[in-house]
Amino acid sequence: MTLTPQDYQVLTPYILLTVWACILLLLDLFIPKNRKGITALLSALGLATTLGFTLSQIGSEETGFFGMVVLDGFSTFVNALLLVSGLLGVALAYGYIRRTGIERGEYYTLLLFSVTGMMLMAQAADLIIVFLALELLSIPLYVLAAFARPRTESEEAGLKYFLLGAFSTGFVVYGIALVFGAAQSTNLAAIVGYASTSSPSLLLTIGAALILVGFGFKVAAVPFHMWTPDVYQGAPTAVTAFMSSGAKIAGFAALLRVFATAFPSIAVDMTDVLWGLAALTMIVGNLIAIAQTDIKRLLAYSSIAHAGYILMAFVPYGDASVRADSVAAGLFYLVAYAVTNFGAWGVVIALEKAEGKGLAIADYAGLSKKYPALAAAMTVFMLSLIGLPPTIGLVGKFYLFRAVIAGGFTGLAIIGVLTSLISAYYYLRVVVVMYMRDGEPTIERETWLGLTTGAMAVVTVVVSLVPQYLFAWASEAVLKLF
Amino acid sequence: MVPVEYYIILSAVLFSIGVAGVVFRRNALVIFMSIELMLNAANLAIVAFSSALKSLEGQIFVFFVIAVAAAEVAVGLALIVEIFKSKRSIDVDQMNSMKG
Repeated sequence: MTLTPQDYQVLTPYILLTVWACILLLLDLFIPKNRKGITALLSALGLATTLGFTLSQIGSEETGFFGMVVLDGFSTFVNALLLVSGLLGVALAYGYIRRTGIERGEYYTLLLFSVTGMMLMAQAADLIIVFLALELLSIPLYVLAAFARPRTESEEAGLKYFLLGAFSTGFVVYGIALVFGAAQSTNLAAIVGYASTSSPSLLLTIGAALILVGFGFKVAAVPFHMWTPDVYQGAPTAVTAFMSSGAKIAGFAALLRVFATAFPSIAVDMTDVLWGLAALTMIVGNLIAIAQTDIKRLLAYSSIAHAGYILMAFVPYGDASVRADSVAAGLFYLVAYAVTNFGAWGVVIALEKAEGKGLAIADYAGLSKKYPALAAAMTVFMLSLIGLPPTIGLVGKFYLFRAVIAGGFTGLAIIGVLTSLISAYYYLRVVVVMYMRDGEPTIERETWLGLTTGAMAVVTVVVSLVPQYLFAWASEAVLKLF
Repeated sequence: MVPVEYYIILSAVLFSIGVAGVVFRRNALVIFMSIELMLNAANLAIVAFSSALKSLEGQIFVFFVIAVAAAEVAVGLALIVEIFKSKRSIDVDQMNSMKG
Protein backbone atom coordinates (compact mmCIF):
# COMPACT_ATOMS: atom_id res chain seq x y z
CA MET A 1 0.00 0.00 0.00
CA THR A 2 2.13 2.86 -1.22
CA LEU A 3 1.17 6.03 -2.96
CA THR A 4 2.61 6.67 -6.38
CA PRO A 5 3.11 10.03 -8.11
CA GLN A 6 0.09 9.07 -10.18
CA ASP A 7 -2.11 9.35 -7.10
CA TYR A 8 -0.99 12.91 -6.58
CA GLN A 9 -1.48 13.65 -10.24
CA VAL A 10 -5.19 12.92 -9.87
CA LEU A 11 -5.48 15.59 -7.22
CA THR A 12 -2.90 18.09 -8.55
CA PRO A 13 -5.32 21.02 -8.96
CA TYR A 14 -6.92 20.33 -5.61
CA ILE A 15 -3.57 20.04 -3.77
CA LEU A 16 -2.27 23.14 -5.50
CA LEU A 17 -5.22 25.25 -4.42
CA THR A 18 -5.24 23.91 -0.86
CA VAL A 19 -1.55 24.61 -0.37
CA TRP A 20 -1.93 28.03 -1.93
CA ALA A 21 -4.87 28.84 0.38
CA CYS A 22 -2.80 27.82 3.43
CA ILE A 23 0.13 29.95 2.30
CA LEU A 24 -2.19 32.85 1.61
CA LEU A 25 -3.61 32.56 5.11
CA LEU A 26 -0.11 33.21 6.45
CA LEU A 27 0.88 35.78 3.84
CA ASP A 28 -2.21 37.79 4.63
CA LEU A 29 -0.82 38.51 8.10
CA PHE A 30 1.94 40.59 6.52
CA ILE A 31 -0.30 42.53 4.15
CA PRO A 32 -1.27 45.88 5.69
CA LYS A 33 -4.94 46.48 6.44
CA ASN A 34 -5.50 49.04 3.72
CA ARG A 35 -3.83 46.94 1.03
CA LYS A 36 -6.02 43.83 1.15
CA GLY A 37 -6.43 44.13 -2.60
CA ILE A 38 -3.12 42.27 -2.75
CA THR A 39 -4.75 39.28 -1.08
CA ALA A 40 -7.54 39.39 -3.63
CA LEU A 41 -4.99 39.46 -6.44
CA LEU A 42 -3.00 36.57 -4.95
CA SER A 43 -6.10 34.46 -4.47
CA ALA A 44 -7.19 35.15 -8.05
CA LEU A 45 -3.70 34.16 -9.15
CA GLY A 46 -4.00 30.85 -7.31
CA LEU A 47 -7.41 30.18 -8.83
CA ALA A 48 -6.18 31.03 -12.33
CA THR A 49 -3.12 28.80 -12.01
CA THR A 50 -5.26 25.93 -10.77
CA LEU A 51 -7.66 26.53 -13.64
CA GLY A 52 -4.72 26.22 -16.03
CA PHE A 53 -3.73 22.89 -14.49
CA THR A 54 -7.31 21.65 -14.58
CA LEU A 55 -7.65 22.51 -18.24
CA SER A 56 -4.38 20.71 -18.98
CA GLN A 57 -5.96 17.56 -17.54
CA ILE A 58 -8.75 17.45 -20.12
CA GLY A 59 -8.91 13.97 -21.51
CA SER A 60 -7.09 12.16 -18.70
CA GLU A 61 -8.90 9.41 -16.84
CA GLU A 62 -7.43 8.08 -13.62
CA THR A 63 -8.32 7.01 -10.14
CA GLY A 64 -6.10 7.65 -7.20
CA PHE A 65 -5.66 7.07 -3.49
CA PHE A 66 -6.96 3.50 -3.70
CA GLY A 67 -10.10 4.44 -5.55
CA MET A 68 -11.07 7.25 -3.18
CA VAL A 69 -10.81 10.01 -5.75
CA VAL A 70 -11.20 10.02 -9.49
CA LEU A 71 -10.12 12.24 -12.31
CA ASP A 72 -12.34 12.07 -15.37
CA GLY A 73 -14.00 14.28 -17.90
CA PHE A 74 -16.86 15.02 -15.54
CA SER A 75 -14.62 16.18 -12.69
CA THR A 76 -12.50 18.27 -15.05
CA PHE A 77 -15.57 19.98 -16.49
CA VAL A 78 -17.08 20.70 -13.08
CA ASN A 79 -13.75 21.78 -11.59
CA ALA A 80 -13.17 24.24 -14.42
CA LEU A 81 -16.64 25.67 -13.85
CA LEU A 82 -16.04 25.90 -10.09
CA LEU A 83 -12.69 27.63 -10.51
CA VAL A 84 -14.22 30.17 -12.87
CA SER A 85 -16.96 30.71 -10.27
CA GLY A 86 -14.26 31.28 -7.67
CA LEU A 87 -12.58 33.86 -9.90
CA LEU A 88 -15.88 35.64 -10.50
CA GLY A 89 -16.56 35.51 -6.76
CA VAL A 90 -13.27 37.25 -6.07
CA ALA A 91 -13.90 39.84 -8.79
CA LEU A 92 -17.35 40.69 -7.43
CA ALA A 93 -16.13 40.81 -3.84
CA TYR A 94 -13.10 43.01 -4.47
CA GLY A 95 -14.83 46.38 -4.46
CA TYR A 96 -17.92 45.32 -2.54
CA ILE A 97 -16.26 44.23 0.68
CA ARG A 98 -14.14 47.37 0.66
CA ARG A 99 -17.03 49.78 0.47
CA THR A 100 -19.16 47.86 2.98
CA GLY A 101 -16.31 47.96 5.47
CA ILE A 102 -15.79 44.21 5.78
CA GLU A 103 -12.51 44.05 3.93
CA ARG A 104 -10.56 41.40 5.80
CA GLY A 105 -8.05 39.08 4.21
CA GLU A 106 -9.74 35.92 5.46
CA TYR A 107 -12.55 36.55 3.00
CA TYR A 108 -10.46 35.39 0.08
CA THR A 109 -8.84 32.50 1.93
CA LEU A 110 -12.22 31.19 3.06
CA LEU A 111 -13.45 31.47 -0.51
CA LEU A 112 -10.45 29.45 -1.70
CA PHE A 113 -11.04 26.76 0.91
CA SER A 114 -14.67 26.57 -0.11
CA VAL A 115 -13.66 26.13 -3.74
CA THR A 116 -11.28 23.30 -2.77
CA GLY A 117 -14.18 21.55 -1.03
CA MET A 118 -16.34 21.93 -4.13
CA MET A 119 -13.56 20.56 -6.34
CA LEU A 120 -13.07 17.56 -4.07
CA MET A 121 -16.80 16.94 -4.29
CA ALA A 122 -16.58 16.68 -8.07
CA GLN A 123 -13.70 14.20 -7.79
CA ALA A 124 -15.11 12.05 -5.00
CA ALA A 125 -15.37 8.35 -5.75
CA ASP A 126 -16.09 7.30 -2.20
CA LEU A 127 -18.85 8.37 0.15
CA ILE A 128 -16.26 9.27 2.81
CA ILE A 129 -14.78 11.83 0.41
CA VAL A 130 -18.27 13.07 -0.46
CA PHE A 131 -18.84 13.78 3.22
CA LEU A 132 -15.44 15.43 3.74
CA ALA A 133 -15.87 17.58 0.64
CA LEU A 134 -19.37 18.58 1.69
CA GLU A 135 -18.09 19.87 5.02
CA LEU A 136 -15.01 21.48 3.50
CA LEU A 137 -17.19 23.49 1.17
CA SER A 138 -19.88 24.29 3.73
CA ILE A 139 -17.95 25.39 6.79
CA PRO A 140 -16.18 28.32 5.06
CA LEU A 141 -19.53 29.32 3.58
CA TYR A 142 -21.13 29.48 7.05
CA VAL A 143 -18.40 31.90 8.09
CA LEU A 144 -18.69 33.91 4.88
CA ALA A 145 -22.45 34.26 5.30
CA ALA A 146 -21.87 35.85 8.71
CA PHE A 147 -18.92 37.87 7.45
CA ALA A 148 -20.60 41.28 7.76
CA ARG A 149 -20.90 40.96 11.55
CA PRO A 150 -22.07 42.77 13.65
CA ARG A 151 -24.82 43.48 11.09
CA THR A 152 -27.78 41.52 12.47
CA GLU A 153 -29.00 40.23 9.11
CA SER A 154 -25.63 38.78 8.26
CA GLU A 155 -25.22 37.10 11.66
CA GLU A 156 -28.69 35.63 11.41
CA ALA A 157 -27.96 34.41 7.90
CA GLY A 158 -24.81 32.74 9.14
CA LEU A 159 -26.55 31.02 12.03
CA LYS A 160 -29.49 29.86 9.93
CA TYR A 161 -27.24 28.56 7.21
CA PHE A 162 -25.09 26.82 9.79
CA LEU A 163 -27.93 25.14 11.68
CA LEU A 164 -29.72 23.92 8.56
CA GLY A 165 -26.47 23.02 6.83
CA ALA A 166 -25.33 20.93 9.79
CA PHE A 167 -28.82 19.40 9.99
CA SER A 168 -28.58 18.33 6.36
CA THR A 169 -25.09 16.94 6.97
CA GLY A 170 -26.63 14.72 9.65
CA PHE A 171 -28.94 13.24 7.00
CA VAL A 172 -26.09 12.69 4.58
CA VAL A 173 -23.94 10.93 7.21
CA TYR A 174 -26.78 8.70 8.35
CA GLY A 175 -27.60 7.90 4.75
CA ILE A 176 -23.98 6.98 4.12
CA ALA A 177 -24.04 4.77 7.22
CA LEU A 178 -27.05 2.83 5.91
CA VAL A 179 -25.61 2.52 2.41
CA PHE A 180 -22.38 1.25 3.98
CA GLY A 181 -24.36 -1.31 5.94
CA ALA A 182 -26.18 -2.49 2.83
CA ALA A 183 -23.35 -2.46 0.30
CA GLN A 184 -20.56 -3.31 2.77
CA SER A 185 -18.43 -0.53 1.35
CA THR A 186 -18.45 3.22 0.98
CA ASN A 187 -16.70 3.10 -2.37
CA LEU A 188 -18.96 4.10 -5.26
CA ALA A 189 -17.48 1.46 -7.55
CA ALA A 190 -18.05 -1.21 -4.91
CA ILE A 191 -21.63 0.00 -4.37
CA VAL A 192 -22.26 -0.32 -8.11
CA GLY A 193 -20.85 -3.84 -7.95
CA TYR A 194 -23.06 -4.72 -5.02
CA ALA A 195 -26.17 -3.23 -6.57
CA SER A 196 -25.71 -5.06 -9.84
CA THR A 197 -25.27 -8.49 -8.26
CA SER A 198 -27.95 -8.51 -5.59
CA SER A 199 -31.48 -7.22 -5.51
CA PRO A 200 -31.75 -3.73 -4.01
CA SER A 201 -32.31 -3.87 -0.28
CA LEU A 202 -34.54 -1.59 1.76
CA LEU A 203 -31.48 -0.38 3.65
CA LEU A 204 -29.86 0.86 0.44
CA THR A 205 -33.04 2.64 -0.65
CA ILE A 206 -33.48 4.40 2.68
CA GLY A 207 -29.81 5.34 2.72
CA ALA A 208 -30.02 6.79 -0.78
CA ALA A 209 -33.19 8.69 0.18
CA LEU A 210 -31.48 10.22 3.23
CA ILE A 211 -28.52 11.27 1.09
CA LEU A 212 -31.00 12.85 -1.33
CA VAL A 213 -32.61 14.77 1.54
CA GLY A 214 -29.21 16.06 2.67
CA PHE A 215 -28.26 17.25 -0.78
CA GLY A 216 -31.77 18.58 -1.29
CA PHE A 217 -30.98 21.04 1.49
CA LYS A 218 -27.66 21.96 -0.09
CA VAL A 219 -29.08 22.70 -3.51
CA ALA A 220 -32.20 24.34 -2.05
CA ALA A 221 -34.84 22.01 -3.45
CA VAL A 222 -38.41 22.33 -2.15
CA PRO A 223 -39.36 21.25 0.57
CA PHE A 224 -35.84 21.73 1.93
CA HIS A 225 -35.54 25.36 0.83
CA MET A 226 -36.72 27.33 3.88
CA TRP A 227 -33.28 28.67 4.70
CA THR A 228 -32.51 29.95 1.21
CA PRO A 229 -34.30 33.33 1.06
CA ASP A 230 -33.12 34.43 4.51
CA VAL A 231 -29.55 33.31 3.99
CA TYR A 232 -29.31 34.82 0.51
CA GLN A 233 -30.80 38.07 1.72
CA GLY A 234 -28.78 38.38 4.91
CA ALA A 235 -25.38 37.32 3.64
CA PRO A 236 -23.16 39.97 2.03
CA THR A 237 -24.24 40.15 -1.61
CA ALA A 238 -20.85 39.11 -2.97
CA VAL A 239 -21.00 35.97 -0.80
CA THR A 240 -24.52 35.23 -2.00
CA ALA A 241 -23.41 35.48 -5.60
CA PHE A 242 -20.64 32.95 -5.05
CA MET A 243 -22.66 30.71 -2.77
CA SER A 244 -25.72 30.49 -4.99
CA SER A 245 -23.64 29.35 -7.94
CA GLY A 246 -20.78 27.43 -6.35
CA ALA A 247 -22.68 25.46 -3.73
CA LYS A 248 -25.33 24.55 -6.29
CA ILE A 249 -22.80 23.34 -8.83
CA ALA A 250 -20.99 21.23 -6.23
CA GLY A 251 -24.21 19.84 -4.77
CA PHE A 252 -25.52 18.82 -8.16
CA ALA A 253 -22.13 17.41 -9.14
CA ALA A 254 -22.21 15.16 -6.08
CA LEU A 255 -25.81 14.15 -6.76
CA LEU A 256 -25.00 13.36 -10.38
CA ARG A 257 -21.96 11.35 -9.44
CA VAL A 258 -23.56 9.44 -6.57
CA PHE A 259 -26.96 8.78 -8.12
CA ALA A 260 -26.07 8.34 -11.74
CA THR A 261 -23.16 6.01 -11.08
CA ALA A 262 -23.91 4.22 -7.84
CA PHE A 263 -27.67 3.98 -7.50
CA PRO A 264 -29.14 3.17 -10.92
CA SER A 265 -30.47 -0.10 -9.55
CA ILE A 266 -32.91 1.74 -7.29
CA ALA A 267 -34.01 4.11 -10.04
CA VAL A 268 -37.47 2.55 -9.96
CA ASP A 269 -37.99 3.85 -6.44
CA MET A 270 -36.16 7.13 -6.96
CA THR A 271 -37.57 8.35 -10.26
CA ASP A 272 -40.98 9.23 -8.84
CA VAL A 273 -39.43 10.94 -5.84
CA LEU A 274 -37.11 12.98 -8.06
CA TRP A 275 -40.02 13.79 -10.39
CA GLY A 276 -42.03 15.12 -7.46
CA LEU A 277 -39.09 17.08 -6.05
CA ALA A 278 -38.34 18.70 -9.41
CA ALA A 279 -41.97 19.60 -10.09
CA LEU A 280 -42.56 20.93 -6.58
CA THR A 281 -39.35 22.96 -6.61
CA MET A 282 -40.18 24.61 -9.93
CA ILE A 283 -43.76 25.41 -8.94
CA VAL A 284 -43.14 26.66 -5.38
CA GLY A 285 -39.98 28.59 -6.24
CA ASN A 286 -41.60 30.45 -9.11
CA LEU A 287 -44.91 31.11 -7.37
CA ILE A 288 -43.43 32.61 -4.20
CA ALA A 289 -41.00 34.68 -6.24
CA ILE A 290 -43.95 36.64 -7.67
CA ALA A 291 -44.69 38.27 -4.32
CA GLN A 292 -41.15 39.49 -3.64
CA THR A 293 -40.27 43.18 -3.53
CA ASP A 294 -36.62 42.78 -2.54
CA ILE A 295 -34.26 41.91 -5.38
CA LYS A 296 -32.11 39.63 -3.23
CA ARG A 297 -35.12 37.59 -2.13
CA LEU A 298 -36.40 37.54 -5.70
CA LEU A 299 -33.13 36.07 -6.90
CA ALA A 300 -33.14 33.64 -3.96
CA TYR A 301 -36.50 32.23 -5.02
CA SER A 302 -35.33 32.26 -8.60
CA SER A 303 -32.38 30.16 -7.46
CA ILE A 304 -34.76 27.70 -5.82
CA ALA A 305 -36.80 27.50 -9.00
CA HIS A 306 -33.67 26.84 -11.03
CA ALA A 307 -32.69 24.03 -8.67
CA GLY A 308 -35.96 22.47 -9.84
CA TYR A 309 -35.04 22.80 -13.49
CA ILE A 310 -31.65 21.21 -12.89
CA LEU A 311 -33.28 18.42 -10.87
CA MET A 312 -35.24 17.57 -14.02
CA ALA A 313 -31.99 16.27 -15.47
CA PHE A 314 -31.94 13.55 -12.81
CA VAL A 315 -35.41 12.20 -13.41
CA PRO A 316 -34.59 9.98 -16.40
CA TYR A 317 -31.35 8.73 -14.81
CA GLY A 318 -32.53 5.12 -14.63
CA ASP A 319 -33.04 4.98 -18.40
CA ALA A 320 -29.67 4.00 -19.88
CA SER A 321 -30.48 5.32 -23.35
CA VAL A 322 -31.13 8.93 -22.36
CA ARG A 323 -29.22 9.36 -19.15
CA ALA A 324 -25.95 10.50 -20.73
CA ASP A 325 -27.83 13.13 -22.70
CA SER A 326 -29.84 14.30 -19.72
CA VAL A 327 -26.80 14.53 -17.44
CA ALA A 328 -24.99 16.50 -20.15
CA ALA A 329 -28.01 18.79 -20.38
CA GLY A 330 -27.86 19.20 -16.60
CA LEU A 331 -24.21 20.20 -16.78
CA PHE A 332 -24.93 22.66 -19.57
CA TYR A 333 -27.75 24.16 -17.55
CA LEU A 334 -25.44 24.53 -14.54
CA VAL A 335 -23.05 26.57 -16.70
CA ALA A 336 -25.93 28.65 -18.05
CA TYR A 337 -27.27 29.26 -14.57
CA ALA A 338 -23.86 30.12 -13.08
CA VAL A 339 -23.06 32.66 -15.82
CA THR A 340 -26.45 34.35 -15.68
CA ASN A 341 -26.59 34.29 -11.91
CA PHE A 342 -23.18 35.90 -11.46
CA GLY A 343 -24.17 38.63 -13.89
CA ALA A 344 -27.48 39.35 -12.18
CA TRP A 345 -25.85 39.49 -8.75
CA GLY A 346 -23.19 41.77 -10.23
CA VAL A 347 -25.91 44.27 -11.16
CA VAL A 348 -27.41 43.96 -7.68
CA ILE A 349 -23.99 44.70 -6.15
CA ALA A 350 -23.59 47.74 -8.39
CA LEU A 351 -26.83 49.25 -7.09
CA GLU A 352 -26.49 48.27 -3.45
CA LYS A 353 -25.78 51.07 -0.99
CA ALA A 354 -24.41 50.84 2.51
CA GLU A 355 -26.75 49.53 5.24
CA GLY A 356 -28.65 47.35 2.80
CA LYS A 357 -30.29 50.22 0.88
CA GLY A 358 -30.92 50.10 -2.84
CA LEU A 359 -32.11 46.51 -2.82
CA ALA A 360 -35.82 47.04 -3.46
CA ILE A 361 -36.98 46.42 -7.00
CA ALA A 362 -38.43 49.95 -6.93
CA ASP A 363 -34.88 51.28 -6.58
CA TYR A 364 -34.21 50.12 -10.15
CA ALA A 365 -36.60 52.70 -11.56
CA GLY A 366 -35.03 54.90 -14.21
CA LEU A 367 -31.91 52.78 -14.57
CA SER A 368 -32.24 52.65 -18.35
CA LYS A 369 -32.05 56.44 -18.72
CA LYS A 370 -29.07 57.00 -16.47
CA TYR A 371 -27.09 53.81 -17.04
CA PRO A 372 -28.34 52.21 -20.25
CA ALA A 373 -25.52 49.66 -20.42
CA LEU A 374 -26.23 48.33 -16.94
CA ALA A 375 -29.96 48.20 -17.60
CA ALA A 376 -29.32 46.34 -20.85
CA ALA A 377 -27.11 43.83 -19.06
CA MET A 378 -29.76 43.25 -16.40
CA THR A 379 -32.35 42.76 -19.15
CA VAL A 380 -30.14 40.11 -20.75
CA PHE A 381 -29.80 38.29 -17.42
CA MET A 382 -33.53 38.43 -16.75
CA LEU A 383 -34.30 37.10 -20.24
CA SER A 384 -31.80 34.32 -19.66
CA LEU A 385 -33.36 33.38 -16.34
CA ILE A 386 -36.78 33.20 -18.01
CA GLY A 387 -35.32 31.28 -20.93
CA LEU A 388 -36.03 33.67 -23.78
CA PRO A 389 -33.81 34.26 -26.81
CA PRO A 390 -31.13 35.31 -27.46
CA THR A 391 -29.65 33.95 -24.26
CA ILE A 392 -27.90 30.90 -22.89
CA GLY A 393 -30.86 30.28 -20.57
CA LEU A 394 -33.06 29.42 -23.54
CA VAL A 395 -30.52 26.95 -24.92
CA GLY A 396 -30.07 25.35 -21.50
CA LYS A 397 -33.80 24.88 -21.07
CA PHE A 398 -34.12 23.55 -24.61
CA TYR A 399 -31.52 20.81 -24.01
CA LEU A 400 -33.02 20.01 -20.64
CA PHE A 401 -36.62 19.70 -21.83
CA ARG A 402 -35.50 17.71 -24.86
CA ALA A 403 -33.69 15.18 -22.65
CA VAL A 404 -36.63 14.90 -20.26
CA ILE A 405 -39.11 14.38 -23.11
CA ALA A 406 -36.80 11.77 -24.66
CA GLY A 407 -36.90 10.00 -21.32
CA GLY A 408 -40.67 9.88 -21.52
CA PHE A 409 -41.51 12.51 -18.91
CA THR A 410 -43.51 14.90 -21.06
CA GLY A 411 -45.63 15.97 -18.08
CA LEU A 412 -42.59 17.24 -16.25
CA ALA A 413 -41.43 19.17 -19.31
CA ILE A 414 -44.87 20.79 -19.53
CA ILE A 415 -44.61 21.84 -15.88
CA GLY A 416 -41.19 23.26 -16.70
CA VAL A 417 -42.55 25.33 -19.59
CA LEU A 418 -45.56 26.56 -17.62
CA THR A 419 -43.47 27.60 -14.62
CA SER A 420 -41.07 29.38 -16.97
CA LEU A 421 -44.06 31.36 -18.22
CA ILE A 422 -44.98 32.25 -14.64
CA SER A 423 -41.41 33.31 -13.99
CA ALA A 424 -41.57 35.71 -16.93
CA TYR A 425 -43.99 37.80 -14.89
CA TYR A 426 -41.63 38.64 -12.06
CA TYR A 427 -38.42 38.78 -14.09
CA LEU A 428 -39.99 41.11 -16.63
CA ARG A 429 -41.32 43.28 -13.81
CA VAL A 430 -37.70 44.17 -13.04
CA VAL A 431 -37.21 45.09 -16.71
CA VAL A 432 -40.40 47.15 -16.75
CA VAL A 433 -39.33 49.06 -13.64
CA MET A 434 -35.93 49.77 -15.19
CA TYR A 435 -37.29 51.03 -18.51
CA MET A 436 -40.72 52.51 -17.82
CA ARG A 437 -40.59 54.08 -14.38
CA ASP A 438 -38.80 57.29 -13.57
CA GLY A 439 -36.25 57.42 -10.85
CA GLU A 440 -32.83 58.62 -9.90
CA PRO A 441 -30.74 55.55 -9.22
CA THR A 442 -27.06 55.87 -8.42
CA ILE A 443 -24.57 53.08 -8.90
CA GLU A 444 -21.15 52.25 -7.60
CA ARG A 445 -18.54 52.36 -10.33
CA GLU A 446 -15.98 49.66 -9.81
CA THR A 447 -13.69 48.40 -12.52
CA TRP A 448 -13.80 44.70 -11.71
CA LEU A 449 -17.49 44.68 -11.01
CA GLY A 450 -18.22 46.39 -14.32
CA LEU A 451 -15.91 44.08 -16.24
CA THR A 452 -17.42 40.95 -14.68
CA THR A 453 -21.00 42.00 -15.27
CA GLY A 454 -20.27 43.06 -18.83
CA ALA A 455 -18.37 39.87 -19.58
CA MET A 456 -21.21 37.74 -18.21
CA ALA A 457 -23.72 39.59 -20.39
CA VAL A 458 -21.57 39.00 -23.46
CA VAL A 459 -21.08 35.32 -22.60
CA THR A 460 -24.81 34.89 -22.00
CA VAL A 461 -25.58 36.11 -25.51
CA VAL A 462 -22.59 34.74 -27.43
CA VAL A 463 -22.73 31.19 -26.08
CA SER A 464 -26.42 31.04 -26.99
CA LEU A 465 -25.43 31.60 -30.62
CA VAL A 466 -22.81 28.82 -30.62
CA PRO A 467 -23.93 26.46 -27.85
CA GLN A 468 -22.87 23.29 -29.65
CA TYR A 469 -19.22 23.54 -28.54
CA LEU A 470 -20.07 23.78 -24.87
CA PHE A 471 -22.69 21.06 -25.15
CA ALA A 472 -20.22 18.84 -26.99
CA TRP A 473 -17.75 19.30 -24.16
CA ALA A 474 -20.45 18.52 -21.59
CA SER A 475 -21.49 15.38 -23.53
CA GLU A 476 -17.89 14.26 -23.75
CA ALA A 477 -17.46 14.89 -20.02
CA VAL A 478 -20.26 12.51 -19.03
CA LEU A 479 -19.38 9.87 -21.60
CA LYS A 480 -17.17 7.84 -19.26
CA LEU A 481 -19.33 8.45 -16.20
CA PHE A 482 -21.46 5.35 -16.61
CA MET B 1 -22.90 -11.14 20.93
CA VAL B 2 -25.57 -8.48 20.51
CA PRO B 3 -27.06 -8.72 17.01
CA VAL B 4 -26.32 -5.79 14.71
CA GLU B 5 -30.04 -5.04 14.28
CA TYR B 6 -30.27 -3.89 17.89
CA TYR B 7 -27.56 -1.33 17.31
CA ILE B 8 -29.24 -0.11 14.16
CA ILE B 9 -32.58 0.25 15.91
CA LEU B 10 -30.89 2.17 18.73
CA SER B 11 -29.13 4.42 16.25
CA ALA B 12 -32.38 5.01 14.37
CA VAL B 13 -34.06 6.00 17.64
CA LEU B 14 -31.19 8.36 18.50
CA PHE B 15 -31.33 9.85 15.00
CA SER B 16 -35.07 10.44 15.30
CA ILE B 17 -34.62 12.12 18.69
CA GLY B 18 -32.01 14.35 17.09
CA VAL B 19 -34.32 15.29 14.20
CA ALA B 20 -37.20 15.95 16.60
CA GLY B 21 -34.91 18.13 18.71
CA VAL B 22 -33.95 20.25 15.70
CA VAL B 23 -37.56 20.61 14.62
CA PHE B 24 -39.18 21.32 17.99
CA ARG B 25 -36.63 23.09 20.18
CA ARG B 26 -36.11 26.83 19.85
CA ASN B 27 -32.77 27.36 21.55
CA ALA B 28 -29.90 27.46 19.07
CA LEU B 29 -27.60 25.57 21.43
CA VAL B 30 -30.10 22.78 22.00
CA ILE B 31 -30.70 22.52 18.25
CA PHE B 32 -26.98 22.27 17.79
CA MET B 33 -26.76 19.51 20.40
CA SER B 34 -29.54 17.63 18.62
CA ILE B 35 -27.55 17.84 15.40
CA GLU B 36 -24.56 16.35 17.21
CA LEU B 37 -26.86 13.56 18.38
CA MET B 38 -27.80 12.85 14.76
CA LEU B 39 -24.14 12.62 13.82
CA ASN B 40 -23.40 10.32 16.71
CA ALA B 41 -26.36 8.12 15.83
CA ALA B 42 -24.77 7.75 12.41
CA ASN B 43 -21.42 6.97 14.03
CA LEU B 44 -23.02 4.24 16.09
CA ALA B 45 -24.62 2.71 13.01
CA ILE B 46 -21.35 2.81 11.09
CA VAL B 47 -19.34 1.23 13.91
CA ALA B 48 -21.95 -1.48 14.37
CA PHE B 49 -21.98 -2.27 10.66
CA SER B 50 -18.24 -2.29 10.37
CA SER B 51 -17.89 -4.62 13.36
CA ALA B 52 -20.52 -6.93 11.91
CA LEU B 53 -18.92 -6.82 8.46
CA LYS B 54 -15.39 -7.13 9.89
CA SER B 55 -14.37 -4.11 7.85
CA LEU B 56 -12.08 -1.32 8.96
CA GLU B 57 -13.43 1.18 6.44
CA GLY B 58 -16.27 2.17 8.72
CA GLN B 59 -14.06 2.67 11.73
CA ILE B 60 -11.95 5.13 9.75
CA PHE B 61 -15.03 6.95 8.53
CA VAL B 62 -16.14 7.49 12.13
CA PHE B 63 -12.86 9.23 12.91
CA PHE B 64 -13.45 11.56 10.00
CA VAL B 65 -16.97 12.31 11.19
CA ILE B 66 -15.77 13.04 14.73
CA ALA B 67 -12.99 15.33 13.51
CA VAL B 68 -15.26 17.23 11.14
CA ALA B 69 -17.96 17.55 13.81
CA ALA B 70 -15.36 19.15 16.07
CA ALA B 71 -14.50 21.65 13.35
CA GLU B 72 -18.18 22.38 12.94
CA VAL B 73 -18.53 22.98 16.67
CA ALA B 74 -15.79 25.60 16.51
CA VAL B 75 -17.57 27.55 13.79
CA GLY B 76 -21.06 26.98 15.20
CA LEU B 77 -20.27 28.12 18.72
CA ALA B 78 -18.48 31.18 17.35
CA LEU B 79 -21.60 32.10 15.39
CA ILE B 80 -23.86 31.52 18.39
CA VAL B 81 -21.64 33.65 20.66
CA GLU B 82 -21.56 36.38 18.03
CA ILE B 83 -25.38 36.37 17.78
CA PHE B 84 -25.72 36.41 21.56
CA LYS B 85 -23.46 39.46 21.80
CA SER B 86 -25.68 41.50 19.51
CA LYS B 87 -29.12 40.14 20.34
CA ARG B 88 -28.74 38.97 23.95
CA SER B 89 -30.69 35.87 22.95
CA ILE B 90 -30.14 32.69 21.00
CA ASP B 91 -33.81 31.89 20.55
CA VAL B 92 -34.26 31.01 16.88
CA ASP B 93 -37.79 32.44 16.89
CA GLN B 94 -36.26 35.87 17.39
CA MET B 95 -34.07 35.54 14.29
CA ASN B 96 -36.69 37.38 12.30
CA SER B 97 -35.07 40.52 10.97
CA MET B 98 -35.73 39.35 7.42
CA LYS B 99 -39.19 38.88 6.00
CA GLY B 100 -40.82 38.27 2.68
